[in-house]
Amino acid sequence: MAGLHKSDIPNPVLNWIDSRLPIFTMLQKEYGVFPTPRNFNYLWNFGALNMVNLVIMIATGIFLAMNYTPHATMAFDSVERIMRDVNYGWLLRYVHANGASMFFIVVYIHILRSLYYGSYKNPRELLWILGVVIFLLMMATAFMGYVLPWGQMSFWGATVITNLFSAFPIVGESIVTWLWGGYSVDNATLNRFFSLHYLLPFVLVGVVFLHIAALHITGSNNPLGIDVKGPQDTLPFHPYYTMKDSVGICVYLLVFAVLVFFAPNFLGHADNYIPANPLVTPAHIVPEWYFLPFYAILRSVPDKLGGVLLMFGAIAVLAVLPWLDTSPVRSARFRPVYRILFWVLVVAGVVLGIAGGKPAEGVWVWISRVATAYYFLHFLVILPILGKFERPLPLPESISRAVLGAGGGGPIPGGAAAKPMEKA
Amino acid sequence: MAESAAAPHVAPQTGGAEVTKRDFLKLVAASGAAVGAGSIVWPMVDSMNPAADVLALSSTTVDLAPVTAGQAITVMWRGKPVFVRHRTAEEIAKARADDKGRLPDPATDATRVKTGKDQWLIVVGVCTHLGCIPLGNRSTEVRGEYGGWFCPCHGSHYDTSGRIRLGPAPTNLPVPPYAFEGDTNIKIG
Repeated sequence: MAGLHKSDIPNPVLNWIDSRLPIFTMLQKEYGVFPTPRNFNYLWNFGALNMVNLVIMIATGIFLAMNYTPHATMAFDSVERIMRDVNYGWLLRYVHANGASMFFIVVYIHILRSLYYGSYKNPRELLWILGVVIFLLMMATAFMGYVLPWGQMSFWGATVITNLFSAFPIVGESIVTWLWGGYSVDNATLNRFFSLHYLLPFVLVGVVFLHIAALHITGSNNPLGIDVKGPQDTLPFHPYYTMKDSVGICVYLLVFAVLVFFAPNFLGHADNYIPANPLVTPAHIVPEWYFLPFYAILRSVPDKLGGVLLMFGAIAVLAVLPWLDTSPVRSARFRPVYRILFWVLVVAGVVLGIAGGKPAEGVWVWISRVATAYYFLHFLVILPILGKFERPLPLPESISRAVLGAGGGGPIPGGAAAKPMEKA
Repeated sequence: MAESAAAPHVAPQTGGAEVTKRDFLKLVAASGAAVGAGSIVWPMVDSMNPAADVLALSSTTVDLAPVTAGQAITVMWRGKPVFVRHRTAEEIAKARADDKGRLPDPATDATRVKTGKDQWLIVVGVCTHLGCIPLGNRSTEVRGEYGGWFCPCHGSHYDTSGRIRLGPAPTNLPVPPYAFEGDTNIKIG
């Protein structure tokens, strides 16, 4: 194995480097000629969009940290100083705050894409589980970031979420005291949250690397959900998908810019512009919008430990999804019943999101209970059974047949549209 | 070579797996490494527990003289609010009457106050559900269906003895350790 790598790079300087550390060969292999299914739709942009978003968050975060003071008496004022006095501080902060929302929008679409097209199924189970880990890390990072401005919502959000751990019997109280570093959310808590908020994104980068590495072993899924059978089914990643991703990135940046420049506080909560006060709880505590469905699940159970377990269970169930869904057909295009139930699940998620933002009383409690019940039914009961009873539509012979043949995604009548296979 | 010569004498019970000196060395080395790693990790983990200066703030004294019947005050103890409520005779009677009522976390009113000081109810003002501050310490605030406190976050109702009566909170508002120092002074903690 030892010895110089035989590099094909013509440029002598790059060749010298590549012979000793073949990163250019690797880039060419994984992002240049990498064979990618030729039938991607725009939903396959969202992985790249996530990557761009992560880079934006880390970049703006580093510069925000240069002006932020992680102390209970100074944090709020230092954030206001960033907004008023620091050059472009308002821009950095609004990009970072709305970037978190954009990140969740993009990641939720990315997850729903995987659910619709069965991207979590064999052989991509580990890829999917790494995705669930990324999602958990993102939620932890976003939660701790929201605490840093030390406004009322920061403080009480931190109080409510850390108190979740007190639900565990016997050790619960000690865990919460340990998390706080005191007997309430205070300066010690703020300090450690800042430390972890800075650390976790880099852990995230590591897991994202594994996620992509696993993706490049199995290759991407595609809208038909069938395997790549040969070179006629694929295109080189560059220039085809670098271009397609670029189009998506432009649209994404447009939406991002609209939020940042025209409605920077639209997704935030006004109460977070009130400095934290440990003696007054806001009348109505709500987490950021992207946590609302899980918050609704938490509140739908009239038992403290039960609510906490169900909320964590809502994410844990995703990790075992590859084994819950018993259907061998990946894409919902060929699963007439699943295709409908997928949208029922989406509706249940949206309903949970709305219910999570309302006070936990009256009809909203029951609405969230029904939606929570469907969420778990969908994964734990319907998907395992559906795979045995659902009759899938006939799958196309290959990606190239479906794409280049008689149009549409359906199977091609035997031999009728038999064009010669495209040259590899 | 000596090992292979000795091998036939050992009866291979589990597919030829033989316990050798090397296995022992591996085990000892791994255990040593685990203990070493643990002794490095523990200081880091424990550094996140409350520091000495935080622990030092663990008691506070309160003058009860200005609090008239029906009033309540909030004092800070360990960074948390403590409700000190001067209960009226009706409130005490109501709490006593409910001793045999439906209580998710059964406790009699007498066990939650100091004998002879029935009018003073002192509880930690943090909802036992998820840590919000219940409303009701001011007479103008909502006090819930049982006239004690009401938590606006997730709708827990506490009675005039600070006991949970309705809602998701699992336990009563805890009574902090406190002692009377004279008739109108208490030391909490």
